[in-house]
Amino acid sequence: MAWLRSRKTKKLEQEVGERTFVSRSQGEMIWRAFRRHRVGNVGSAIVILLALAAIFAEFVAPYSYATQFRAYSYSPPSTLHYRSEAGFTLRPFVYETKRAFDPETYQAIFTEDTSKRYYLRMFVRGEEYSLLGLFKTNVHLFGAVAEDGSTTPVFLFGTDQFGRDLFSRTMIGGRISLAVGPLVILFSMPLSIVMGGLSGYYGGGIDMFLQRLGEVFMAVPGLPILLAMGAALGGLGLTSTQVFLGIIIALSLISWAGGARVIRGQVLAIREMEFVYAAKAVGSTDLRIILRHITPNVFSYLIVAATLTIPGMMLTEAALSFLGYGIREPMTSWGQLLNAATNIGGIEQHPWMLIPGVFIVIAVLAFNFMGDALRDAVDPYSIV
Amino acid sequence: MITYIIRRTLYMLPLLIVVSLLSFAIIQLMPGDYLTRSRLNPDITQETFDRLAERYGLTKPFIVRWWTWLVGIITRGDFGLSFETKRPVYFTLFQGNRLWWTLLVSLSTLIMTWLLAIPIGIYSATHQYKVSDHVLTFFGFLGLSIPNFFFALVILWMLVALIKVRRFGLGVSGLFDNRYVSAPWSLAKFGNLLWHLWPAWVVIGTSAMAGLIRLMRGSLLDTLSLQYVQTARAKGLNERVVVYKHAVRNAINPLVSILGLQLPNLVAGSLIVARVMNLPTVERAFFASLQAQDEYVIMGGLLFFSLFLLIGNLIADILLAWVDPRIRYT
Repeated sequence: MAWLRSRKTKKLEQEVGERTFVSRSQGEMIWRAFRRHRVGNVGSAIVILLALAAIFAEFVAPYSYATQFRAYSYSPPSTLHYRSEAGFTLRPFVYETKRAFDPETYQAIFTEDTSKRYYLRMFVRGEEYSLLGLFKTNVHLFGAVAEDGSTTPVFLFGTDQFGRDLFSRTMIGGRISLAVGPLVILFSMPLSIVMGGLSGYYGGGIDMFLQRLGEVFMAVPGLPILLAMGAALGGLGLTSTQVFLGIIIALSLISWAGGARVIRGQVLAIREMEFVYAAKAVGSTDLRIILRHITPNVFSYLIVAATLTIPGMMLTEAALSFLGYGIREPMTSWGQLLNAATNIGGIEQHPWMLIPGVFIVIAVLAFNFMGDALRDAVDPYSIV
Repeated sequence: MITYIIRRTLYMLPLLIVVSLLSFAIIQLMPGDYLTRSRLNPDITQETFDRLAERYGLTKPFIVRWWTWLVGIITRGDFGLSFETKRPVYFTLFQGNRLWWTLLVSLSTLIMTWLLAIPIGIYSATHQYKVSDHVLTFFGFLGLSIPNFFFALVILWMLVALIKVRRFGLGVSGLFDNRYVSAPWSLAKFGNLLWHLWPAWVVIGTSAMAGLIRLMRGSLLDTLSLQYVQTARAKGLNERVVVYKHAVRNAINPLVSILGLQLPNLVAGSLIVARVMNLPTVERAFFASLQAQDEYVIMGGLLFFSLFLLIGNLIADILLAWVDPRIRYT
């Protein structure tokens, strides 16, 4: 029947014949599939960038998140100038600003003193801090220094009511905002695995009980309960670190049920597979079967679920802190920073207070894209 | 079907009881209950104090107090007394037309979301991989990623600072502008209500809408590749008829099944909008009670939100059975 084959098919056969085949491990295949997802790669790059900025926040930020410039209360973002009398320059510079009050409305007006230029320089010495909690240094990523060595404060995102630099606070706040998701998963994932695993593996009464328990947690209205918990935590006179931990635990408690249900379904299916019977036949204990034989099979699901849960947790934390029942001063997070912009009159006058919200959007978007790419990648045998 | 509804309704009761226990436990975490706080208040006489303590068993252990509260709800419909307003909880929560405003805001958002999401999803699916589809997908992702409270702030800022709506005598908070609040109903008042509602729709509905569009697009694409659609096309039917009468009708079913999952988002969104836009809804009373640590009102609010979710889920399931006659409940 060779005459039936078209020329195209023959050509294909030739090519295939010449091609060398390589065998790849599962990990390699996942990595290659992940690399192919371009938007996902951009998302992951942004996540890594944000994480680095959060880890080295004290270095990236020109000032400490608590430093108050009393003379610069509600200062708008510093204007970066690129144009001097010599024409366009790639070295941005700022002018020192002075606050004056409008004689009629008594509103603060910041005017630039154009007599002296302060150029933005990298690795400027400023406030001392301890990098990664390991060693002390006073080098910051950037700062504004004049030719004669004098400095002026530079506020890329403006300042808040107390004259604290919003850019520095956003960098430090990112630490909490980005940590919430992974930390919640650290608590809720084991809970989901144990509950879902027990439920699916043993079935019967245990399954019945755990499923009903899960339904209760899914029936509770998330945000209102969290608000009530936040209000309760706030009244206990805890330190802000303890409140932070409390929020992590509260978020974990209300979020494990959904994951447990999916894991139960997967365990139910895997339980009936031959390799589990084989393991039983050679006398493995239940614990060993759950941990060594069943868990690895749901592992890819777990990683994807974790990545896709992070943005949801970030949003919930942000909403909670924004409403004033989450992260508390002196700690700060992106949501908590927006808490200062709750009333419309304030936003009208100080719109730069909204900038931290842009970071929430970017981070959540990046995590979503990364999760999407992971989801497509963990199943490398599927042809999309 | 009717037995199914009855069974589901009965099943809600134990769930509500457990939720009440949970909320009671959370409230107990609050430091200094009303008893200790009212001791400091010279307005409260010893008799009132004793009477209150007696009524709510404020001196008794936790589980007994919960039980007293629960029995009060079941036998007398008594959700407790607001310590702040000295009025029954349901009155504090629902005073004025708050309940109706809450339902109006949530339900109108839900309707607007669906009315917009389904046509957009259909458009996206029928224009797969065209530029317009990519643009819509991107906006969908953006809609899923923008925190609704931030969105609310940005919209308000744009209205007030960029468009300067106050020039036109329009405000952005509450449900009406001042001059309409006590005015009798008229077309102008209704228009003013719509003006105040649309930001709420956008803010509460965006993330749900983005999800719905994605789902509708995927579901319709799946359906369009089925053989009966091919048959319909082969018969020479008009493309419009193929898409709208044959494919869309079946593609909508999975959407109805996630209606229940949207409800928690609806509750959360309404909470945030009520706070940012200062709407006179149940949510605002809930916030006030949180601030005042008004224990019984907080618990009443939590029960209200749970009930809202449970009833919503029930309705979603009934709708699903109605839309998809293949689903039968026994």
